[in-house]
Amino acid sequence: MTATEYVKTHGRETVAWYGGLGLLTMRVARNLTLPPSYFWLVAREIDTMGVRSLTVALSAAVFTGMVLALQSAVNMARFGTENYVGPVVAVSILRELGPVLTAILVGGKVASGITAELGSMKVTEQIDALRALGVNYLKKLVVPRLLAALVVFPFLVILTDGVGLLGGMVVMVFERNLDTFLYWNTIAYWVVIKDFLSGIAKGMVFGALVTLIGCYNGLATDGGTEGLGRATTATVVQAAMAVIISDFFLTKLMLFLFW
Amino acid sequence: MATGPLVELRDVRKSYDQNEVLRGVSLALEKRTTLAVMGGSGAGKTVLLRIVDGLVRPDSGEVSLFGTRIERLSEEAMLPLRKRSGFVFQSAALFDSLSAFENVAYPLREHTNLSLGEITDRVHRFLSLVGLPGVDNLLPAELSGGMKKRVGIARALVTEPEVVFFDEPTAGLDPTNARLVAELIAELRKGVCDTAIVVTHDIEFAEMVSDQMAILHQGRFADVGTPAAIRASANPDVRRFLAGELREQ
Repeated sequence: MTATEYVKTHGRETVAWYGGLGLLTMRVARNLTLPPSYFWLVAREIDTMGVRSLTVALSAAVFTGMVLALQSAVNMARFGTENYVGPVVAVSILRELGPVLTAILVGGKVASGITAELGSMKVTEQIDALRALGVNYLKKLVVPRLLAALVVFPFLVILTDGVGLLGGMVVMVFERNLDTFLYWNTIAYWVVIKDFLSGIAKGMVFGALVTLIGCYNGLATDGGTEGLGRATTATVVQAAMAVIISDFFLTKLMLFLFW
Repeated sequence: MATGPLVELRDVRKSYDQNEVLRGVSLALEKRTTLAVMGGSGAGKTVLLRIVDGLVRPDSGEVSLFGTRIERLSEEAMLPLRKRSGFVFQSAALFDSLSAFENVAYPLREHTNLSLGEITDRVHRFLSLVGLPGVDNLLPAELSGGMKKRVGIARALVTEPEVVFFDEPTAGLDPTNARLVAELIAELRKGVCDTAIVVTHDIEFAEMVSDQMAILHQGRFADVGTPAAIRASANPDVRRFLAGELREQ
């Protein structure tokens, strides 16, 4: 394959991927309003996505808060501003690290799991079996996951924010001998509600994005078990990249709208 | 209510990349008729069956199911039509995390308001009909190939559809299981499954279960007729197929 053919082939695949993802999003949006409603499936997905991801999300959050506080304290001490480590940690976690870390860690886990499950259903014709039985497979397989993600990700971001701030406090109080009251007081003074809400909004967008990528790659799986492996790996990378890239544009948008 | 054929195809064409699988196929399936579509491997039989059920879209041509044109129908609009038909997959395509009972009960739970007792009775009736009483709690991985096919048949028939599409129901089975499935389909024709399209490459099986046979070769029907007429056909492709000498390119 020449370089031109390689670029053409991959260019075509990339365009097809974005187009397919966009079409799936539109079809899912249309199906949100169609009966029947599978509430019990949404509840099951909330358990799978959220409850079973708590350990990884909270562990990452506490250590991120701790390391952020430690780095900030050491460096800000050089300028005599160590008392303001609390707001720096809080704004970083609430606006960026909380939603982004949650989306990358939990999103990667959730999205690759979705791709593996839907992909194996696709290659074993179980999705065609659903269609042949007159079952709306988008309503059954994609919509509940998307709704669950819209609930789970903001909720996980809230928990991540809280645990991250506690991690920061532990370092500042026990390692840097800062007064606990001062840590929380400076946070309460400098941090505003939009810092918190912008992180929640990002969590919702990231959750929807990684879930749709997981679903699309699963439903588009072909090439048997080898194709399934490729799709699952691609999902991990694409979900992480989607979070990082969309974070920039979301940040720009939110600063433009709410700053 | 449409009074014409339950299934009708006119000049249907389908290609995958450069491979032209169907090159203008036409057929009509009347009520209480079983049509066996035969042909060698790669002749396009499965693609044809999937087009009939709207699982695959043709590139051109007209496809009608229950009198409704479906070739450009959306997935959501296809659902009511698919509830009136059954599809038996070559691989059985059972839901691997559900037991045999739950697989057969699935369409009833999705599309009916039957009580648990009524669902249980009906699932047991159809599992018995396919000769599988007592497999309720077995997962698909615990079933043999023949048992999977029969559970797949029970799942397709449990809603008592107006037409059933069988994709190679005897393929990959040992002679005993193949015979069991063939006898089962022949038996079902007298009751819950009197209108069907059966895709197969097994001539004896096709003769056993069908009123009409069609030989698919190089994307077109070489001949269509009763089993006796096909046996007596002078068409050279049909003669070669019956002699086991027809090869797809």
